[in-house]
Amino acid sequence: MIEIKGLTKQFGKKSVVDDVSVAIQPGTITSFIGPNGAGKSTLLSMVSRLLDADTGEVLLDKNNVKKWKSTEFAKRVSILRQANYINVRLTVRELVAFGRYPYSKGRLNAEDNRFVDQAMEYMNLTDMQNQFLDELSGGQKQRAFIAMVIAQDTDYILLDEPLNNLDMKHSVQIMKILRKLVNELGRTVVIVLHDINFASVYSDQIVALKNGKLVKNGPTNDIINSDALREIYDMDIPIQEQDGCRICVYFNSHTGS
Amino acid sequence: MRNSTKLILLFILVIISVLLYGFYDIKGGFDYAFPRRMIRVAAMVITGVAISYATVVFQTITHNRILTPSVMGIGSMYEVVQTVIYFFAGSMSIWIVNKYLNFGAALVAMVIFALLLYRFLFRADKYPIYLLLLIGMIIGTLLGSLVTFLQVLIDPVEYLGLQSLLFASFTKVKAELLYIAFGILFISFIYGSFIMKKLDVMSLGRENAINLGINYDRMVMNILILSSILIATSTALVGSITFFGLIVANLSYQFFVTYKHSVLIIGASLFSILALVGGQFLVEHVLELRTTISVIINFVGGIYFIYLLLKESRDTA
Repeated sequence: MIEIKGLTKQFGKKSVVDDVSVAIQPGTITSFIGPNGAGKSTLLSMVSRLLDADTGEVLLDKNNVKKWKSTEFAKRVSILRQANYINVRLTVRELVAFGRYPYSKGRLNAEDNRFVDQAMEYMNLTDMQNQFLDELSGGQKQRAFIAMVIAQDTDYILLDEPLNNLDMKHSVQIMKILRKLVNELGRTVVIVLHDINFASVYSDQIVALKNGKLVKNGPTNDIINSDALREIYDMDIPIQEQDGCRICVYFNSHTGS
Repeated sequence: MRNSTKLILLFILVIISVLLYGFYDIKGGFDYAFPRRMIRVAAMVITGVAISYATVVFQTITHNRILTPSVMGIGSMYEVVQTVIYFFAGSMSIWIVNKYLNFGAALVAMVIFALLLYRFLFRADKYPIYLLLLIGMIIGTLLGSLVTFLQVLIDPVEYLGLQSLLFASFTKVKAELLYIAFGILFISFIYGSFIMKKLDVMSLGRENAINLGINYDRMVMNILILSSILIATSTALVGSITFFGLIVANLSYQFFVTYKHSVLIIGASLFSILALVGGQFLVEHVLELRTTISVIINFVGGIYFIYLLLKESRDTA
């Protein structure tokens, strides 16, 4: 289990994340939502040890993240950030195979290759496994990176806005795959989402941040209602039910300024 | 063509060039000329490999293919250290007379300089490559002016001694340093065999590397130290060749399209031995020593450097 305790991060004088405490429930999809500059990505970076917190701590199985050995942590928690510019030429398969590094240290055995094959299968990349990344579209590239993280075979998968630059079809595909990872393989997914409706339809838990502070934290149904959303986004957002999903119809809302 | 085939072909070319350089047109006594040529070859091999290795790993941790340790002025630090020692302690000081102490002092200064550069320029990923390049050039000029200023003030007799220390070249290799240089290179490669795979992962960028369990910041520190030591070694041996690392590293990236550092580093090393031995052959037998190989390398390298800059700006535009 991942527990976030009193985490604070300042850039200059500004608190980007301010005393946030959350426990991530295992076996769920937890979405971090909130307006721009709420500190979602910064929080995720600290959870995944990409960034050091100023105060507070992150615990994985009761042990501080900083005390974990890097390799062991990499077998438990994976993180994928939004910007993934790489200046080496890699094929899809080579990239996905990097996901096995914590186990193989660069020398793949049969089991590693099985994981790589499976991950590519999962992300529908098998046909293009020998293509170079720079020949792919943004969506295909994003899928290749997610496949790398799947091949890493971790209990926790942290994703920072994985739907950025993806069209509707690919966004839905990726969210469905994440759902499958949770339902079938018992993984825990923590995801920063910009689109409130993807959060509403696909996540079990929602953590809402605003100006670096935790404003809401709970099961999706407790958060996706007009009152809670007004508090988070300063907008009146009507909600409609569609096939048992709550959809926020915010496109024509009054924005208050 | 597979990468292993390309490596073997390159290796054969290197052997041919070394043999050609060793045996071509030996006038007078074979016993006199041949060992002397082989000392030069040894210096060229050590220098070439050291510069290639240093440049490729430096470019991996700084995530660029244009800046090299030499372009950022790490090589110039060698001249600064030597001049400062001459200026303040004089030619009879233990820091000059004892070659090992002298080399050690230069080494320490260059490593510190590299770490400072990284700390202030590369760490935050916040500066565009052109600004870094400009800063590198300015630092280079600053260090150069500092050296000139101190040299003007030095006693002329002392200055001659300093000059012979700084203007090293392949034709007057400091043979007594060859053994240390070889030792350093050997140790660097043993260390390298442990980190090759880590370097491959690091080329995915800081965040992906940390995700895959690399202790990134510590690795960057180690590699910076490694690369400054290698540059210090080659500079002490034959002086600074600014653009050389840039050419051979980029040739290797283009020729072997791979992320594997074992291939990239060996490839760049073979390219550099080929360029140095072949170039020295031209200098000695075709140009009849009317110029030095550093001049040729900086000329060709400078043109290639401009080409890379233009190409980079087209790619990112």
